Amino acid sequence: MAHGAGGKASRRLVEGLFAPVLFGTNSEPLTDAARVSLNGAQIAITTDSFVVNPISFPGGSIGELAVNGTVNDLAVSGSRPQTLVVTFVIEAGLSTSVLEAEVRAMAEAAQRAQVKIVGGDTKVVEHGKADRIYMTTTGIGTPLRGVTIDPRSIKPGDKVLISGPMGDHGITILLARGELDLEADLRSDTRSVFPMIEAMAAAAAPGIRWMRDPTRGGVATSLNELARDCGQSIHLHEEDLPIHDAVRGACELLGLDPLHIANEGQFLAVVSPEYVDSALYALQQAPGGGEARVIAEVREQPAAAVLVTTQYGGSRIVDMLVGDPLPRIC
Amino acid sequence: MKFVDEFRDAAVINKTAEEIRRLADPSRHYRFMEVCGGHTHAIYRFGLKDILPDNVELIHGPGCPVCVLPMGRIDDGLSLAKDPNVIFTAFGDMMRVPGTQGSPLEHKARGMDVRIVYSPSDALKLAQLNPDRHVMFFAIGFETTAPSTALTVLRARAEGVRNFSVFCNHVTIIPAIRAILDSPDMRLDAFIGPGHVSTVIGCRPYEWIAKDERKPIVVSGFEPLDILQAIVMILHQMRAGEAKVENQYKRVVPWEGNRAALKAMGEVFQLRPYFEWRGLGFISQSALRVRDTFDEWDTEQRFRVPGVRVADPKAAQCGEVLKGVLKPAQCKLFGKECTPEHPLGALMVSSEGSCAAYFNYEHRKAALTSLSWPA
Amino acid sequence: MCLAIPGKIIEFAADGGSRATVEVAGVRRKVDLGLLQEDMPVLGDWVLIHVGFAMSKISEQDAVDQMNTLRMLGESEQAMQEVRGYGLERE
Repeated sequence: MAHGAGGKASRRLVEGLFAPVLFGTNSEPLTDAARVSLNGAQIAITTDSFVVNPISFPGGSIGELAVNGTVNDLAVSGSRPQTLVVTFVIEAGLSTSVLEAEVRAMAEAAQRAQVKIVGGDTKVVEHGKADRIYMTTTGIGTPLRGVTIDPRSIKPGDKVLISGPMGDHGITILLARGELDLEADLRSDTRSVFPMIEAMAAAAAPGIRWMRDPTRGGVATSLNELARDCGQSIHLHEEDLPIHDAVRGACELLGLDPLHIANEGQFLAVVSPEYVDSALYALQQAPGGGEARVIAEVREQPAAAVLVTTQYGGSRIVDMLVGDPLPRIC
Repeated sequence: MKFVDEFRDAAVINKTAEEIRRLADPSRHYRFMEVCGGHTHAIYRFGLKDILPDNVELIHGPGCPVCVLPMGRIDDGLSLAKDPNVIFTAFGDMMRVPGTQGSPLEHKARGMDVRIVYSPSDALKLAQLNPDRHVMFFAIGFETTAPSTALTVLRARAEGVRNFSVFCNHVTIIPAIRAILDSPDMRLDAFIGPGHVSTVIGCRPYEWIAKDERKPIVVSGFEPLDILQAIVMILHQMRAGEAKVENQYKRVVPWEGNRAALKAMGEVFQLRPYFEWRGLGFISQSALRVRDTFDEWDTEQRFRVPGVRVADPKAAQCGEVLKGVLKPAQCKLFGKECTPEHPLGALMVSSEGSCAAYFNYEHRKAALTSLSWPA
Repeated sequence: MCLAIPGKIIEFAADGGSRATVEVAGVRRKVDLGLLQEDMPVLGDWVLIHVGFAMSKISEQDAVDQMNTLRMLGESEQAMQEVRGYGLERE
């Protein structure tokens, strides 16, 4: 199954099977967290699984990803992350020191993200039945006042912001696998994006139309999902895309597109033109948001597509990937 | 990035595009073929068609080694992966190319040991690290890549590595160009020559194109300014009524080629009498095989390879698109039965194949009614 | 067959063989220089890298010449002739 990489295949699985059967809907846009009303109280709830190889890499490990990933899904749905529960599926034979390290990493990440882990479950499976350790985190949050996420409210002229440089996480992982024999001073960007979102919302809540964290499948996948959900076109400006040199170098060497590479500490936001300046300013002043930029604008055509434009007037469509981005030599 | 960013300078690109507009005769329709898949990819990636005048048309040539590899050869290679003793290695480009039983990645999902390598030397290293397994390297590529495979075989011999072999599918560029020019429907004015193949073979092998076929050929680099400058040079030739071989990519391509690379290739490989090219049929003296003296490192000598032949669906018009006679969107299967996700023919299987590139980067732009560019 | 990227040689392998570490925008990889044995590059040279092998040395002069030629586009034909007279364009 090519379904794990977060591109077209994943989306098809969710839309074609899970949504209609489990959620009883396949027509509403899918969001990063669900809003539910319980006895009048509004909460947001989301869940995510974490499978990564290698489990530890420069800048983080699976434990951190498991906390930050779910925290970020809540944050981009316009909620303050509050509590998590966590499940582990552990392959028999995993060393206790590795497990301990991951549990500590989770605790530290939860503390940094200011969320409480209140429970969990563990299962151990036979050796060979899991790739060392899989984690799932389920998170609950409370809605941020004044923030409404609705792709249908997006209009031509709206701008797309990104909180920081693209591709650090995915390239770090690729290099950490060691198969390509490449070395670079790169770290995963895994972190909670909530402080940045909170700062941006304080300055520009009425202007925020949509947010997403571009994880597997990269910025291209998130923006293609958006384009489909809102029916508009997203025009990216190539010269405005923030990318660290080493990510760029690795992508050029391997024939990869940074737009398809996973991020674990960034978010995208669509903001109305009246609020984009204050949103960007607030973001850039927030801790960790210094490299935030406007990278695209919403237009009408080509509908439901994402386009990258260059300063000299060239353009190309950027689609979602089918599976993982693969290095090429041709 | 040095030697890259300069050649993507927007202001100079605009100037060069203007020069092309100045040089192109408005009463003519120019058809230039870029031979190499890497150029096809670059043209789409940089959106160069948007800045060329309408009467300068780029036709995508057959220089995509993944595209022209017959499905049967993929089946042959993968049949060996079924042996649990074998580690199947290949470039990333090969991983999603479908054989009749699925692609290498699909074989990996079914439990076979299939690994991506960036370099044939990484495959050799894998063999050294796994002395009890056999590492098979599925070698593809034109003359750009063949010398690296050759050198790796020489290193394997020098270091006494016996659990390593090459499944050789290297092809040569000149017969492909000849097949294009021999095609009766061919209507091309000039060629944008393959830049990286030329670092190995030099510029001399193209002289017959200029002399005998009377077509300009300019060997070009892969950055936007390289390709645009090559077009400027072609237009200058055409205005002067000339047809010659020129080297636009001087910073990298030596006119005489790379002797050490040619020597390594000559030592390890010999030409097959003929080889099947997907979409083009059998072409004589167009592909390489490992010489008998290196039997030990030739997958086809170490293992019994089925030798399967798989025909493309009759409705697929890959050959005509490969030769530039049809555009991708003109093939009846394009975008319907045949897409990058389920490719039926040669040109959809690789992201630099004409059909895949057009599908991925371009065809939805046709819906663009107006596109106002930043000033 | 075509993806090849310019990289700078920053270190030769300690064993004296034909491998060197090459750097591209901060990414490092060991590269085989065996195809350049007739004209070995030195530390600091830029080479074209393809599938882990150096294919060719990159000439800084030719790169500069190319950019100069392109920047002159649109100048008068006379200016162009003058530039050609300097012998910057070589066959």
